[in-house]
Amino acid sequence: MNNQKKGVSRRDFLKIGSVGVAGLAGVAGLRAVAPATPTSAENRQTHGGDEHAAMTVGQVDHERNGFYPLELLYDFDYGTPGEEAGRAVREWNIVATDREIEIAPGLFFPGWVYGSPTSAASLRAGRIIGQVPGPTLRCVEGERLRVHFTNAGTHPHTLHFHGIHSAQMDGVPGVGRGMIDPGGTFTYEFEARPFGCHLYHCHAIPLKRHIHKGLYGAFIVDPDPERQEGAAQETARSRNHRYPENEAVNEMVIVMNAFDTNFDGENEVYAANTIAFGYVNEPIQVRRDQLQRLYLINMTEFDPINSLHIHGNFFDYYDHGTTLEPTLRTVDTVMQCQAQRGIVEFSFGGFEPGLYMFHAHQSEFAELGWMSFFEVID
Amino acid sequence: MEKGDSLTTVAIPRWLLGLLPLLLLLSLIAAFFVLDPLAFFAGSFPPLEELHVQRVTFPAEGHIRLEIMNGGPDPVTVAQVLVDDAYWQHTMTPGPTLARLERATIDIPYPWVDGEPLPITLITATGLTFEEEVEVAVRSPEVDGRTLLAYALLGVYVGVVPVALGMLWYPFMRHVDRKWMNAILALTIGLLIFLFVDTVLEALELAAEAPGVFQGVPVVFFGILLTLGVLLAVGQRARMDSPLAIATLIALGIGLHNLGEGLAIGAAFATGAAALGSFLVVGFTLHNITEGIGIAAPLARNERPALFTFILLAILAGAPAILGTWIGSLAFSPFVAALFLSLGAGAILQVIWEVGKLLARDAKRANQPAFSWLNLAGLAAGVLVMYLTAFLVKF
Repeated sequence: MNNQKKGVSRRDFLKIGSVGVAGLAGVAGLRAVAPATPTSAENRQTHGGDEHAAMTVGQVDHERNGFYPLELLYDFDYGTPGEEAGRAVREWNIVATDREIEIAPGLFFPGWVYGSPTSAASLRAGRIIGQVPGPTLRCVEGERLRVHFTNAGTHPHTLHFHGIHSAQMDGVPGVGRGMIDPGGTFTYEFEARPFGCHLYHCHAIPLKRHIHKGLYGAFIVDPDPERQEGAAQETARSRNHRYPENEAVNEMVIVMNAFDTNFDGENEVYAANTIAFGYVNEPIQVRRDQLQRLYLINMTEFDPINSLHIHGNFFDYYDHGTTLEPTLRTVDTVMQCQAQRGIVEFSFGGFEPGLYMFHAHQSEFAELGWMSFFEVID
Repeated sequence: MEKGDSLTTVAIPRWLLGLLPLLLLLSLIAAFFVLDPLAFFAGSFPPLEELHVQRVTFPAEGHIRLEIMNGGPDPVTVAQVLVDDAYWQHTMTPGPTLARLERATIDIPYPWVDGEPLPITLITATGLTFEEEVEVAVRSPEVDGRTLLAYALLGVYVGVVPVALGMLWYPFMRHVDRKWMNAILALTIGLLIFLFVDTVLEALELAAEAPGVFQGVPVVFFGILLTLGVLLAVGQRARMDSPLAIATLIALGIGLHNLGEGLAIGAAFATGAAALGSFLVVGFTLHNITEGIGIAAPLARNERPALFTFILLAILAGAPAILGTWIGSLAFSPFVAALFLSLGAGAILQVIWEVGKLLARDAKRANQPAFSWLNLAGLAAGVLVMYLTAFLVKF
């Protein structure tokens, strides 16, 4: 599967078929402008006008942001895979910049952002697009990872991965290279382990500010089926993007985040992947015959926990994604502290088509933007 | 030099000399904008955004209306509106961007709960928030006959009725001797002093709520001084030392005060802030009854005026409360209310001056000190009565 280099794999194209036209444009970058508006207008009508008053007014200009909610959901940045002396190696270039992003219609946030030349947004634009959450970095257990970091921002930043690595590669102030000054570069190098649903974020001080400004992203390590046996091997194949079993699954990434727009230590906007009510305006289309796998990560600052609740359905949950057996079975809510994450697996098999809500079950967060819909289709 | 001077006067017409500083000023301003000498500071100016929610009304069930104003120096764009910490769909007219001092109306379809508090937040494009706390959500009065009548009656209860009742002490006052009569005049001064302080404080409180650009607090002081000045000038011209003239001035001053009081009461009822409605009204009735004594006191010594005169005085002093409740309930603005109250305070100050003169003149004629212990006791009693009855209306 070395065609990942171009950022769009065959597998992606298969997925595109399942998410409809909006996903096609967003993920594959076949068109510069995603046809988001007509889809959302249609959906709004199916929701019924007045009942959706608990919403923002207007539409976010995703084109100006350079990234789209549905694109963030499905975009896995595989970087540049290669081989050195018989060992799989994967490299990424990550750039931190300052940029203003529109997080709700007409509402702009002065963010600090990560971008990668191999993200869908950057490939489409032909230049590096900084995005929040940062690019979802995906690799396979056991690979040698090299992350070339460039700080193009105005403050010192780092890359701190949640994973197993040496102190030198931890990306915290005062250890190893410590904070990378503006204009500086550093290569973080470590082995991809353990498999699971992880994250990376900036660990520069003041930490709180560096996180809530937007410096975080998903880091997914697929399990290597060769290291498993029996039924576990089957599961690992389904979780590993290099295996055909994985193509049957609709995989999504949601980083639960929030923004303190007036810098008073409380969030004004909560979201699944940055844009308030992003998946209400453009519901996530899911097929009934497909297994759904959601990589869920909480990067909400200021609030101790965030949560997920799916309507009309139950799911299995793999805390941190570091096991092949669910750590919670048949639940419809799960909560996460900051940096906690996990894999949510469910199916709408046999369900009536229609809109199924999912959101934080802190009603406050839901009404401040962390509200979404799955649209179950045939 | 002489030669030069004459040359100047010849060469430059006088009107041009008058314009010269202005022309220089204009060119300086132009140069300032063209050359931008403050470019050095650019970037360190944070956005100066200031939004004022002037009024929140509940015109119908499921409908909230906000009247807002941009009180800051820069244009402000309202990005979203939150009701009770939830983003809510709304329409904003004329548009989401307000120029300096521009006003806009925001209509929100929201199922508000009768009698419950409701926080509303405006969030601007830059992420700043402006919060408005609705103490109690209640259906706002509409401009119709029934509403106007109800609020007029409210004004009658707190304004006309107590003043008229207070005046009923007039026959009693006619039969007290001079010494006690002067004490009653001192009592009038006492209650006027209380009203003055009360009015000024209320005006300042409202002025602080108004957008900063209007400079509410200085305006209150200028309002007081201007009213005082105008009334003193009027008094000089019309030889305002007849008891009836003084009584009329007192009635006018109290009338302006009652206008301000009416504004506050009307606004409180309309916005549901008057949780103890009838208690408040009874309180104001008792509180204001002394105002009638104040108006009637200067008339006690002389020939009894016609009944009609008393009625007119009662209306002059009490009826502005009706106007106040109407304005307060239908179009309350903290700045306008503060302005009215400052006019009332100025009028009261002038009346204190006139009644003081009356008292001093009378004492002099009777060869007694104006500042007797009895008069001081009367003055203190006036303040005390107002202070204690204010317990019923202050929370």
